[in-house]
Amino acid sequence: MADFRLSDIDQQILDKVVEVGNSTTAHTRYYEDHEHEFPPARLEGERGFEEVFPLFGQRKPDDTPMMTFMMAVSIARGSTNGVVRGLGLAMPQGRASGLGNAALQSAGTAEQKAKWGNLFLAMSITEPGAGSDTKAISTTARLDGEEWVINGDKIFVTDGVRCDGAIVWATIDKSAGRAGIKSFLVLRDAPGFELVRKEKKLGIRASDTAAYSFRDCRIPRDHMLGDDETVPKGGGSAAYKGVMKTFNMTRPAVASGGVAKAKGALDFATAELAKEGVAVDWSKSFNQRSAVEQKLIEMEADTEAATLSVLHAAWLNDVRKPNNLESSICKAKGGEVCRTIPQAAMELLGGMSVSHDHLVEKYLRDGRISDIYEGTGQIQRLIIAREILGYSSEELT
Amino acid sequence: MITFELSEEQTMIRDSLQAFAAEVLAPGARAIDEAGEMPEGVIKQGWDFGLIAASIPEEYGGGGGERSCITNAVALEALGGGCASQAVAIMAPGQFVNALIDFGTEEQKAEHLPRYAGSAPVADAVAIQESQFGFAAEAQRTTATRKGNGWVLNGEKRLIPLGDRAGHFLVLAREDGGDGLPAVGAFIVPRDAAGLTVSAESGSQGLKPVPQAKIALNAVELPGSARLGGDTGIDAARLVSQARIGAAAVAVGLCRQATDFAIPYAKERVAFGEPIGKKQSIAFMLADMHIECETMRWMVWKAASLLEHNDPGALKASVLAQDYVRRKAIKVADDALQIFGGHGFIRDLPLEMWLRNARTLTVLDGPVSV
Repeated sequence: MADFRLSDIDQQILDKVVEVGNSTTAHTRYYEDHEHEFPPARLEGERGFEEVFPLFGQRKPDDTPMMTFMMAVSIARGSTNGVVRGLGLAMPQGRASGLGNAALQSAGTAEQKAKWGNLFLAMSITEPGAGSDTKAISTTARLDGEEWVINGDKIFVTDGVRCDGAIVWATIDKSAGRAGIKSFLVLRDAPGFELVRKEKKLGIRASDTAAYSFRDCRIPRDHMLGDDETVPKGGGSAAYKGVMKTFNMTRPAVASGGVAKAKGALDFATAELAKEGVAVDWSKSFNQRSAVEQKLIEMEADTEAATLSVLHAAWLNDVRKPNNLESSICKAKGGEVCRTIPQAAMELLGGMSVSHDHLVEKYLRDGRISDIYEGTGQIQRLIIAREILGYSSEELT
Repeated sequence: MITFELSEEQTMIRDSLQAFAAEVLAPGARAIDEAGEMPEGVIKQGWDFGLIAASIPEEYGGGGGERSCITNAVALEALGGGCASQAVAIMAPGQFVNALIDFGTEEQKAEHLPRYAGSAPVADAVAIQESQFGFAAEAQRTTATRKGNGWVLNGEKRLIPLGDRAGHFLVLAREDGGDGLPAVGAFIVPRDAAGLTVSAESGSQGLKPVPQAKIALNAVELPGSARLGGDTGIDAARLVSQARIGAAAVAVGLCRQATDFAIPYAKERVAFGEPIGKKQSIAFMLADMHIECETMRWMVWKAASLLEHNDPGALKASVLAQDYVRRKAIKVADDALQIFGGHGFIRDLPLEMWLRNARTLTVLDGPVSV
């Protein structure tokens, strides 16, 4: 029956995650000053999360299901002072787990997976003129003998600087809409490929973000992911739908990153205001509270609601129930609180919250991306609205 | 262990109550609200489910089922999804019973619980609200003063659900010498107690057809045995939290109902050549309404779950859930009305009723509990 209490071992794991995450903040600002450097494998004084791993062995099989619990871990971890947002993206678990690697695994042929499986691959979809509306991408691929010739510009390529190559979306038939879109592996040394620049960002500076250009960029014919060079009739594309489906898996995780920054800012504000003698008295009714108490309660309630929406979407996945709609719900909520809560925390803390003496301003900057990448809050609302209204993506745009 | 799974029994209860809400409560809601009177028949029909008797221990003639705050939250949401007023009229006595089960002495349980064993409706009422603006449960003006082995109660209570017929009032009062929630006690006051005056209420914006009464306690002398929980007393934080979450659960049902009512209208209503549901301004409102129906439910469930296990975090979770539902439920009900425009303002449709009920459920402590 519905329950929201953690087992002792899970509580221990979360406590340990927070302890390790808070053990040093010495390097937390490293990437603010070293934005264009590759991160060292480990910074001095940094404790690794491998300390937590042995505890996982003590979990019982009938405890909180794994993905649900991992979302709780992700939120706890990301809320700590020492965890640098974006570092996980920059140094994924193992070299070959960039965002493009996921695409290779879901859409590549066995041969392609074997050949490129060890490369670190970025994902390159967004263009200067097309972001959320992916079917509007204008980068083209034209077959010329045994080579594809790619032309266009790509931006916002996560890991685009340090990757070995990228999975690039391009259309082989613009008139076919999304059905004409195919994925291509472009290696960094391909002729006609250029890394134009590395973007400077508001936050998540440990993660590099690149802009690419393709000028008659030539790649071998077998570098198209999968081996289907045809354009399906009627607009539907299995490959495109496959990519959209993987978003259901990743959205709760991305949402958890936003919730984590909300929680971090809230925890910081709660602790610091307590030092100043301002704390919530939970036994008081609404109209007996100070404005600051009420604001703290609203912040915590919003953060909790977002957390529960993430756990719910993950839990559905754990028990093998569809979670398309719920993934979008949690992404919308995670995107909401990553903005509102750090903003509110700074408001409550006042002027000194902007100082680099403290991390709360960084929570605002690092959290903000969560309502943008992997589908903006508006895209999530489009998905939710289409689902509840029974409209197709053509009917409700 | 974190799980969102309901038990088989809870799922059955939810499904049968949702069907009852859709087939019986919802169709009658508008007319009952307009008339301002609660038909006895619908209370009887609701009681046929045996919801209140189910969790009364067998030794007092009940079903001996688990006293489950989650089950109650699920039931209240399901009933609230048909009609909040009828849900309250059916379930309000459960608030009295829940308090007796949780805090009553053996003698108190033996005296009061057996009359709830059957399926015939019984009415007793919990009296929390007082007449002053800015009322706070922890700052009761009603006082209970020790006198010998007994107590003397003075004060006034308002908006008491089923107060017109209640045989007993469980009156919350500040016990002498104390401060805040720990000093709030509950006293079982029989309707015929000397010094107790029951009178009709003035009517209210929401939950309009729910029979209500106000009481005045003028030096009402009670024996020591009238204090709920005897020498131990009650955990007022828990009692008040259960009431707040009870109201919140009904509000979640109401929001789901309003959202589900607005969706087909948005697909039907054409403006500027297309259904308004195809415009993002309306579609995104509906998306947000759906999002908040979901998240409100999990907030309510978490609070109910912690209350059920008497978890140390229960008070906090209840405050958070109450706050969340207070802000979001009124927005959902209000946006549903907005989608209907002028039609939402006309009393033919239930939108304006839902807005009134949503406001009512989110400013009262109660009138039901989980």
